[in-house]
Amino acid sequence: MAAVLAMVARGCGGVWRRLRQRCAVRPGSGPFPRGERAVACNARGGMMSAGKSGLTPWIPVVGLEIHAQISSNSKLFSGSQVQFAAPPNSLVSFFDASLPGTLPVLNRRCVEAAVMTGLALNCHINKKSLFDRKHYFYADLPAGYQITQQRVPIAVNGSLSYSLCIDNKMSQMVTKTVRIKQIQLEQDSGKSLHDDARSQTLVDLNRAGVGLMELVMEPDMCCGEEAAAAVRELQLILQTLGSSQAVMAEGQLRVDANVSVHHPGEPYGVRTEVKNINSIRFLAKAVDYEIQRQIEELGNGGTISNETRAFDSKLGCTVPMRDKEGKQDYRFMPEPNLPPLILYDAKSLPANMNHQQVINIDWIRERLPDLPSVKREKLVEQYGILPEHSFTLLNEDGLPEFFENVVKQTQMKPKKVIGWILNDLLSYLKQHSLTVKESPVSSFLLADLLNLLEKKEISSTAAKQVLATSLSAFPHTCKQARDLIALLLCYVEMLVTKWDGTEDAAVTEKNWCLQGF
Amino acid sequence: MGARLLGHALRSQVSAALKEGRVTPTELCQRCLALIKSTKFLNAYITVTEETALKQAEESEKRRKRGQPLGILDGIPIAVKDNFNTAGIETTCASNMLKGYISPYNATVVQKLLDQGAVLLGKTNLDEFAMGSGSTDGVFGPVRNPWSYSKQYKEKSVPKSHSEDEEYNWVITGGSSGGSAAAVSSFTCFAALGSDTGGSTRNPAAHCGVVGLKPTYGLISRHGLIPLVNSMDVPGILTRCVDDAAVLLGSLAGHDPKDSTTIQDDFKPFELPDLPDVSKLSIGIPKEYHAPGLSSEILSLWSKAADLFKNAGAKVVEVSLPHTRYSIVCYHVLCTAEVASNMARFDGLEYGHRSDVKDSTESMYAATRREGFNDVVRGRILSGNYFLLKQNYEKYFVKAQKVRRLIANDFGKVFGSGVDILLTPTTLSDAVPYTEFIQEDNRTRSAQDDILTQAANMAGLPAINVPTALSERGLPVGLQFIGRSFQEKQLLTVAKWFEKQVQFPVIQLEEAERHDNGVFQHQKSASFS
Repeated sequence: MAAVLAMVARGCGGVWRRLRQRCAVRPGSGPFPRGERAVACNARGGMMSAGKSGLTPWIPVVGLEIHAQISSNSKLFSGSQVQFAAPPNSLVSFFDASLPGTLPVLNRRCVEAAVMTGLALNCHINKKSLFDRKHYFYADLPAGYQITQQRVPIAVNGSLSYSLCIDNKMSQMVTKTVRIKQIQLEQDSGKSLHDDARSQTLVDLNRAGVGLMELVMEPDMCCGEEAAAAVRELQLILQTLGSSQAVMAEGQLRVDANVSVHHPGEPYGVRTEVKNINSIRFLAKAVDYEIQRQIEELGNGGTISNETRAFDSKLGCTVPMRDKEGKQDYRFMPEPNLPPLILYDAKSLPANMNHQQVINIDWIRERLPDLPSVKREKLVEQYGILPEHSFTLLNEDGLPEFFENVVKQTQMKPKKVIGWILNDLLSYLKQHSLTVKESPVSSFLLADLLNLLEKKEISSTAAKQVLATSLSAFPHTCKQARDLIALLLCYVEMLVTKWDGTEDAAVTEKNWCLQGF
Repeated sequence: MGARLLGHALRSQVSAALKEGRVTPTELCQRCLALIKSTKFLNAYITVTEETALKQAEESEKRRKRGQPLGILDGIPIAVKDNFNTAGIETTCASNMLKGYISPYNATVVQKLLDQGAVLLGKTNLDEFAMGSGSTDGVFGPVRNPWSYSKQYKEKSVPKSHSEDEEYNWVITGGSSGGSAAAVSSFTCFAALGSDTGGSTRNPAAHCGVVGLKPTYGLISRHGLIPLVNSMDVPGILTRCVDDAAVLLGSLAGHDPKDSTTIQDDFKPFELPDLPDVSKLSIGIPKEYHAPGLSSEILSLWSKAADLFKNAGAKVVEVSLPHTRYSIVCYHVLCTAEVASNMARFDGLEYGHRSDVKDSTESMYAATRREGFNDVVRGRILSGNYFLLKQNYEKYFVKAQKVRRLIANDFGKVFGSGVDILLTPTTLSDAVPYTEFIQEDNRTRSAQDDILTQAANMAGLPAINVPTALSERGLPVGLQFIGRSFQEKQLLTVAKWFEKQVQFPVIQLEEAERHDNGVFQHQKSASFS
């Protein structure tokens, strides 16, 4: 994180610094209070502090529009495969290329994914939803319209609870809720690659027609941290459900932020839409920058225009996007080729209906996996770990399972195990950008080591050194590394038995062992 | 050998001749191809697929020789309107936009016909993108009604001047499936596919003296039919007689996983009774179809037809469909809105015409669409987009949809009151000469010509044109029957009974007679008119 921030600060140069100097809480006031980010994050739900001079404070309002690519084998309305980074135009059916006479056929898996997501987000699932056409001309939209759900979306009125820490302290977590206005099914567009030198545009339709869930979050957030925390929680939920892989870097989760500021008691200000945000960290930055920019703009007597801005991750700021020829009228129209999407529940399910042909909401509800919040509670309850530790565990794919496996195989108390996993293993993995699956140390081996420690056969310092050396000494393939570490542990055990000596001796011998490889 | 075969019905005579080996599929195909050539002046076909047709005929012949025909259609020459996709064969929609466009796939209906051994002779002419009621507004020129060249018409029409009469007196086919209607009417094929959005199958069927069936919406797959109005389009069937229409319906109907608007229920092909009985039926005569501009000739035919039913013991009742008069304007709004949307894909990028204008993507789009579409298409796109604008959507589109519901409800009420079938005229008059037809613009013509047919599309109901009699000018006039949703069997049974009563005369066409060994068996015309 530090690296990224440094880069942003460097890249942004004067702009960022100037901003930091000039626009803190109210325009013209002093620099930021220490420890605060660009915007005073009011995780406690408060407003921007009024500052010393007592001018009216600003209330930032943040809403999000999120497009999550549905994880499915085929596209929303055609049989073409869905795959990231396939050769251009290799995954295009006649329908995807909008050949005349082709018709959409709804993909059952995509509907199920949306229902699952809706249920996980406490939405009301509409038993009857409709598809609409949204028209605009663009090279990567072959039909000239996108099929979406404008009038009656598949899910409405949900909520998402997320937690964030106050003042960057893990020990002070607050839980907040953002309302989910709706989830709608829609088609993704293709990709345009503009070659300015040869003034041509190349179109790749692999992505055209891939299923998306558009989630609209109400403007219930008030700073970048909140937006980031909400999106992170959503990401975990989607990944837990398997309804989307939700990898922002691969475009499977795209977040646009609607930002405005207003004085207390006044109506919401004019909002801007910030696009081109491709990581959660940038989301926080983009939102905070935009809030600050608006406050400064208004403070200087300016106005905010209802525009679309792009986040420039190199400069760390938002810039106006080229206007799409004024205001678009999308000329919405019902999609005549798709009958209303009818879902059933246990009560409404017709008796002699073919189960292949219907989607039963209750059936899906019964099969929902434990959501991250439930998983965290269970971890806290079962192992007695701190709630904030449960957050850290859940944040890493595979880490809760890793933790549980270690716990199962050692006599050490879970409360102690968590320290080893989070402080030693995880920080190492993070430093080296490794996933849990890529960890050179398996849960089995870590358990072995912790058992030695627990039996007081080695000291804590020795154990740490063994772990550190094991992790760093073998930057080979995972399998090689694991084999070597297994051997290493054998030697350590041998040495312990043989000499029954001091820690130092063991460590010395360990070093000797290493030279042997 | 099969003399006089071309003019005959598919089910009764031709299939028997094929079965008994009195004619081979290749002979049949060759005769049709020769007739297509000699009637080229009709401009019924855009593409004639001679080579592939002969190959298909040959395959059929092999199957028949082995005694393993694929069914009644095996070896039967058919034609397909040029707005159905045909793999490897040009599909143009009679538009510059798709000139030279070769589709990589077959429309479901085309595939079904081929799978049953039918021989595809070619693609038939139409109004550009099926927008029109004359088959006069396509980029390949107007279709001429074969009856213009019939003995019956020539005898009755008074030539203005001897040298120019043929050039000035030829009448239109109606449309937009005029090519298909002309193809069936001039004996160049035994059945043809049309499409019917507001009457595009029934209208030319009436003017060309053939049977034109528009099945219930959702009974036949639209996959591969280049859409005009998705919520109203239905593949149409054009044949010599009602029995043949039933054969084609049986071979085409049924659920298609590629078209989500087709019904899931299994469709059971049916045969019509040889001696249909209408005595227990209730025939409704909707008074609103006594529309302004209805010719006295047709009015009197209509009432004579009602008498026929009465005399046969059927109950004939006058009924009211009160919202009928709002139907055509609502049709216009819904049609143009969907047209605007459906035509958006023609931007010159993926397929079809692309302009040389390269200043910007937008200018390329604009030039492509200006060059690719005719005035009629562009006009409908413009008005459709107007109706879909945010500020107009409620006022036009939503209102039109509500009225559409009322129109459907009108039919529902009438059928609910015990009426089985509605009997109406198909057109206001017989076909007019081309020179007269083009005095009015496409929009005015469509509004007049679809007036009696489009309500069935608005309500999704099955309807059929049955050729009834010749007008005073010696041109065909048809009447329309409208049935309950998915009650095609009842509809066709009534139509068949009526067909038997009226004994519509066979066209006497010099070219056809020459190619059909010069012999025509003139069916006796009943003293109907």
